[in-house]
Amino acid sequence: MSDATLPSQPIEVRFRGGGFAPKARRWVGLFVFVLLIGITEIGTRQGWISSLTLPKPSDVLATFGELWESGLLFKHLIPSLSRLAVGATIGASIGIVVGILIGLFSYVRAGMVPLVAAIFPIPKIALLPLFVIWFGIDEASKYALIAFGTFTPTVVATYGAVDNVDRSLIRMGQSFGLSWLSIVRKIVLPGAMPGILSGLRISLAIAIILLVAAEMLGAEYGIGAYILEAGSLYDLERLFAGVVILSLLGVILSTVIGFIERRILGWRA
Amino acid sequence: MDIRLDAISHSYGDTEVLRDISLDIPNGKIVCLVGPSGCGKSTLLRLIGGLERPSKGRVLQVGSPPEGCLNPLTFVFQDFALLPWRSVQGNISLVLEDHGIKGAQADAIITDVLARTKLSDFSKALPRQLSGGMKQRVAIARALAVKPAVMLMDEPLSALDSQTRELLMDDLVALWTRQFFTAAYVTHNLAEAVRLGHCIVVLSRRPGEIREIVEIDMPLADRSHGNAKLEQVQKHLWDMMRDEARAADEELLDV
Repeated sequence: MSDATLPSQPIEVRFRGGGFAPKARRWVGLFVFVLLIGITEIGTRQGWISSLTLPKPSDVLATFGELWESGLLFKHLIPSLSRLAVGATIGASIGIVVGILIGLFSYVRAGMVPLVAAIFPIPKIALLPLFVIWFGIDEASKYALIAFGTFTPTVVATYGAVDNVDRSLIRMGQSFGLSWLSIVRKIVLPGAMPGILSGLRISLAIAIILLVAAEMLGAEYGIGAYILEAGSLYDLERLFAGVVILSLLGVILSTVIGFIERRILGWRA
Repeated sequence: MDIRLDAISHSYGDTEVLRDISLDIPNGKIVCLVGPSGCGKSTLLRLIGGLERPSKGRVLQVGSPPEGCLNPLTFVFQDFALLPWRSVQGNISLVLEDHGIKGAQADAIITDVLARTKLSDFSKALPRQLSGGMKQRVAIARALAVKPAVMLMDEPLSALDSQTRELLMDDLVALWTRQFFTAAYVTHNLAEAVRLGHCIVVLSRRPGEIREIVEIDMPLADRSHGNAKLEQVQKHLWDMMRDEARAADEELLDV
């Protein structure tokens, strides 16, 4: 157009659509892990990563093997898993119930939302001494800490999800004379489920963080105690072995939620 | 069962949307409500269906609903309002479950209404797998399942393309001819109104008042696309509405 003397050549229209649609790319995640670990292994072997900076991945694996053979792995893992399961279950279920109540009742909302906003930013670990006084030095205080930490993000995610349920569907339920309970059970809850589940991903990651924190402050066995002990001795191999266990735990929980999402949210796709 | 509107007025805060509407919706007839956008025709339908309370006046049911009627006043919504997590069948059983209708009895009703709306092959499909026209047919099937005394149809065809709209209009006429139903049908599409309405109520722009009630005494089955007499009625309606619609349009731009 700028040069009128040349006969204008047809130009193929430039493609500018596409993207913004995440697709399943199966092996990429694994590849990133393998790549990073591979680089670390080569680096530590060749010496351009000093052994003080990072442990050799193969040594970490060996430490892991020792843990397994000596039976210590399960001695640490089982108390941790049961703390996580009990604490997170209590916290998440109370959180979902309270979140739904906030979503449904204006008075509960007016009363609870500021309270939740006040509790949310408190580092829950700072309250551990308080929980020890309330619930004793044993397991109960750790359950309480994990439960408390999972509670707040679950509440926020849940009432947000309830707020986002399509009001026209609720009007439809009312127009067909459905009972209040039916509307909540058959329209509000399934409609809020995507939001609740994505909130659970965050809550469960926070539960793992708090599990370790609680175990660092007072536990004989547990992954947190194991990491703390390794850390105070600057035993990087064992420290990393503990950290890897936590990462694996996170990946497993996230996979489980992904599986649940695919099962019960198949209608979205 | 007839519906009688007795001097209905309605306002949202300081905004008056409906003023002094008195109207009868007689049994077995389709009454179309037309008017410029924002004239409160959808609000009027929600008032009739009990989803909102009128500021003044009353909505009365005259006579008792027919036997076996589960939900006398039943809506068909513009956006279909189907639960995306339930199949076609599940969406219909949703409105039966609360009346304690389950199992074989529910299956019989579902099979019947799906057959009447030509959806029998799609009972297991999820809403996302259906086209717009099919979704609205599911919503109509769901409405039929509760054996309504009066169907309240809120622009049921407005979200559909014009071809689908023609087909669904034929379907509605066929449904009505097979078994008379009573309906209040809100639309902004005059072609729909003259095709389906036994009587057409023209509302003025906000605050909505009844400007004129046009009766068309031609059987629904005889009204075909491009019928001269219907075109004449439609032109008359449009002449009446044009200035109102323009004024309403400019009014909305002001806000």
